Amino acid sequence: MWSLSPVEIDIVLLSLKVAACCVLVLLLPAIAMAWLLARKQFWGHAVVDALVHLPMVLPPVVLGYMLLVLLGRRGWIGSWLYEQFHIQLTFHWWGAVIASAVMAFPLMVRAIRQALMQVNPLLEQAAQTLGATPVKTFFSITLPLSYHGVLTGGILAFSRSLGEFGATITFAGNLEGETRTLPLAIYSLTQSPEGDAAALRLVMLSVLVSVFALLASQWLERRLLRSQR
Amino acid sequence: MFTVDIRIQQPYAASTAFDLQASFALAPGQCLGIMGASGSGKTTLLHSIAGLLMPSSGVIRSGDHVWFDHKQTIQLPPWQRRVGLVFQDGRLFPHMSVEQNLRYGMPAGLARIVLPEVVDVLAIQPLLKRKPSQLSGGEKQRVAIGRALLRQPSVLLMDEPLSGLDDGLKQQVLPYIKQVIATFGLPTLYVSHVGDEVAEVADEVLTLAQGVLRQVVD
Repeated sequence: MWSLSPVEIDIVLLSLKVAACCVLVLLLPAIAMAWLLARKQFWGHAVVDALVHLPMVLPPVVLGYMLLVLLGRRGWIGSWLYEQFHIQLTFHWWGAVIASAVMAFPLMVRAIRQALMQVNPLLEQAAQTLGATPVKTFFSITLPLSYHGVLTGGILAFSRSLGEFGATITFAGNLEGETRTLPLAIYSLTQSPEGDAAALRLVMLSVLVSVFALLASQWLERRLLRSQR
Repeated sequence: MFTVDIRIQQPYAASTAFDLQASFALAPGQCLGIMGASGSGKTTLLHSIAGLLMPSSGVIRSGDHVWFDHKQTIQLPPWQRRVGLVFQDGRLFPHMSVEQNLRYGMPAGLARIVLPEVVDVLAIQPLLKRKPSQLSGGEKQRVAIGRALLRQPSVLLMDEPLSGLDDGLKQQVLPYIKQVIATFGLPTLYVSHVGDEVAEVADEVLTLAQGVLRQVVD
């Protein structure tokens, strides 16, 4: 009853792999976008801000379809990727990463942006009078002082990716062993007449994975906080 | 010789008119006190020298190095000016230890002002491993002065360094400031609105009034 089948282990590992890659893929662009929105005023700021937040209000299936149009095998960018590099994102776990990354992007940007806005700009000014270039100031002062925002953003993106369904199934498909993450596996089981018990096991497994991820992130946050005091 | 001859107009996006003219020269080891009421532009003047604000016209020169020249469109950014700016509130980096704060602005290579000497003069050896949150106000300002010195500045700018301290702490920190000026021989600008404090530290006191820095005491 309590041991996991090889298929279940594969599903969990795939979900964790997709979620971890989603966080890694988002880290740099989310920090850059958060910094841009928090610290720079430019023409079109409001438009960029709205575009970043679009995935939060659009139905995930719509986004999945938009990704398909752009990055699918016959999509505007996807066809070029395939012709030039033989890269196909649909029906590939990287497609699941991209789908969940697009959905998680605004969450990560929001968390980091809030943290960046709390960093006292006078400290950055002090760093510059001590010979630090803007780049050194960012990496030695701004980013370390907003670590909690990066961590929170990472946790939110990881969780969003673990739960991502609509965009993933539309863009990456529901391919066993390749793109069938936990939510997609649960959905597939509920569609078969005798899948209820197996679906319930995966539901419990999802809860366990999520709780474990949250506890791990809280532990990490406490450690970071202690090291900064 | 460190020379300043600048005019600063509307440095912030403020609605009130602002016009400040400052002209003075500082010899090595000389401490010039600048007095003025709140809002008279003392901090604006120091920030302009440090490169955090841009004057409207004039020249700032440190020896042969031109930091700012409006006519020649020279405007060095703050990180290229050898300036030791001590802020009113210290502005220590909260995520770094005292020692990391001290080392932050130290240039690589040989230095005239070295860490052990600064630590000794300011008596901050027991504080090195602590975080800024574990320091008193006076200790924070001593560390901030040390950090500014280790930048190897060609001018030391002190912006009301005692204003956030009570009288007891002021009396504790003041001797350290005098010791720093005497030991390291840097041209120093000491800004405060407290006359007694400036007189105790500076060799010469100028008053910033109605937007003009003029000499009142020799």
